[in-house]
Amino acid sequence: MTEKYTALYDQHKLAGASFTNFGGWQMPLKYSSELAEHHAVRKAAGLFDLSHMGEIWVTGPDSAAFLDYALAGKLSAVAVGKAKYSLICQEDGGIIDDLISYRRGEEKYLVVPNAGNAPVVASELLERAANFDVTIDDVSAQTSLIAVQGPKAEEILLTLVPAEQHSLVTDLKYYAAVEVEIQGNGLAEELLLARTGYTGEDGFEIYMPNEDAPALWEALLETGTGQGLIPAGLASRDSLRLEAGMPLYGNELSREGNPYAAGLGPVVSLAKESDFIGKTALAELKAAGAGSTTGRKLVGLNGLGRRAGRSHYSVLKDGNVVGEVTSGQPSPTLGYPIALAYVDVEHAEPGTALDIDLRGKPEPFEVVALPFYKRSK
Amino acid sequence: MSKVIADLKYSAEHEWIAGDGSGPVSIGITAVATDALGDIVYVDLPEVGDTVTAGETCGEVESTKSVSDLYAPVSGEVTEINSDVVDSPELINSDPYGNGWLFKVAVTEEGPLMSAEEYAAANGGEL
Repeated sequence: MTEKYTALYDQHKLAGASFTNFGGWQMPLKYSSELAEHHAVRKAAGLFDLSHMGEIWVTGPDSAAFLDYALAGKLSAVAVGKAKYSLICQEDGGIIDDLISYRRGEEKYLVVPNAGNAPVVASELLERAANFDVTIDDVSAQTSLIAVQGPKAEEILLTLVPAEQHSLVTDLKYYAAVEVEIQGNGLAEELLLARTGYTGEDGFEIYMPNEDAPALWEALLETGTGQGLIPAGLASRDSLRLEAGMPLYGNELSREGNPYAAGLGPVVSLAKESDFIGKTALAELKAAGAGSTTGRKLVGLNGLGRRAGRSHYSVLKDGNVVGEVTSGQPSPTLGYPIALAYVDVEHAEPGTALDIDLRGKPEPFEVVALPFYKRSK
Repeated sequence: MSKVIADLKYSAEHEWIAGDGSGPVSIGITAVATDALGDIVYVDLPEVGDTVTAGETCGEVESTKSVSDLYAPVSGEVTEINSDVVDSPELINSDPYGNGWLFKVAVTEEGPLMSAEEYAAANGGEL
């Protein structure tokens, strides 16, 4: 696969970023220190280029009914202006992707899949749309996404919004979006602003045509630097989402897994009247007790020592393998190692003592309730 | 580019070795290694009195993202370890060739080592 570059690649290079391949994209891993970037998001603000994420418009009279059929959640119940976290599943209940859908009109949704899954989600949606009056428009390649995350995010963003529109931003609820005029650095555009994120902090995600991205990126850096905003790469994005207990597709979520084992049962709307792809299999999985009385379940693990468990390390109980780590690292905010792991349901109760096999040495961990970190409001 | 210091010797596993031939050598990891690892949060060093063997693992360096083995670039007895980096592993990132040194060895035999020029050329480092 040829590597893809976002519209902000030059900005990242000039800022001294080191790059990593993620989902087929050359993305900034970090600019200076991933720990400094992590702490900046917790204490002030971080600026993220998320232009690798996909953007797919679903429009037309059947949009709501179509998404009810194509996705596991009840998208028809989402009010215009709001957003919903959902899953696109296979017939057997396996997870093709987790995604956010913004309802932008009665007959208009913006679906945002993960970078690496965007092409497959777009083609799945097209295939599933056969009997619906909808148009599927994949605008991923033309669309950039910039996130400002952290306690100072709102204050920073407001400096680029005309005063008469400030209340649009300050009144914007979590998982809601609005079109807002954004000005600065030669830019004066109405852009889609969402109060969403993947860090466990307050923050915003701004969607725009690629040509507007460099000006907005630089405007945000300029206005935010005094508030402690710094550019932040995927390394800190990963440690931030892990502390917030948020799953990452490819680590915690996969076609082989299922929503109940992943703790995403509430995201699946078995109650919605209409059929949806995966419904039969998911109903059976739920009835069989997947993730509650049978199989494995995604849990949080706190390290009692200093060593971190890493993806694919075994989880042990009395020396026997009872699970596998999906993500793990030392938590920069908490100061001890944390991990997400699938463990046999009988060992999934918070308080259970388990070990992670650290390359031959058992290291003690304890099952804890998620998230690991919750911001104080 | 990652900094490489003249007058040190280097191993292919990104350790640097400093000594004037009169006593134990100091050993650390290079800026090439610390830049690749990211922020180091834990280091496991050999103990004073341990005998290390050139080319074999003698500890671990753990960053936020990964764990790497620490290889002994020389054989001999460990005479001193830097307890400061055990308590403050970030010293390895901030000053890899100085306060971030790891341990000292009374050398009995060197492993295959490179000059600064050779190491910089092989790893895209900057002298």
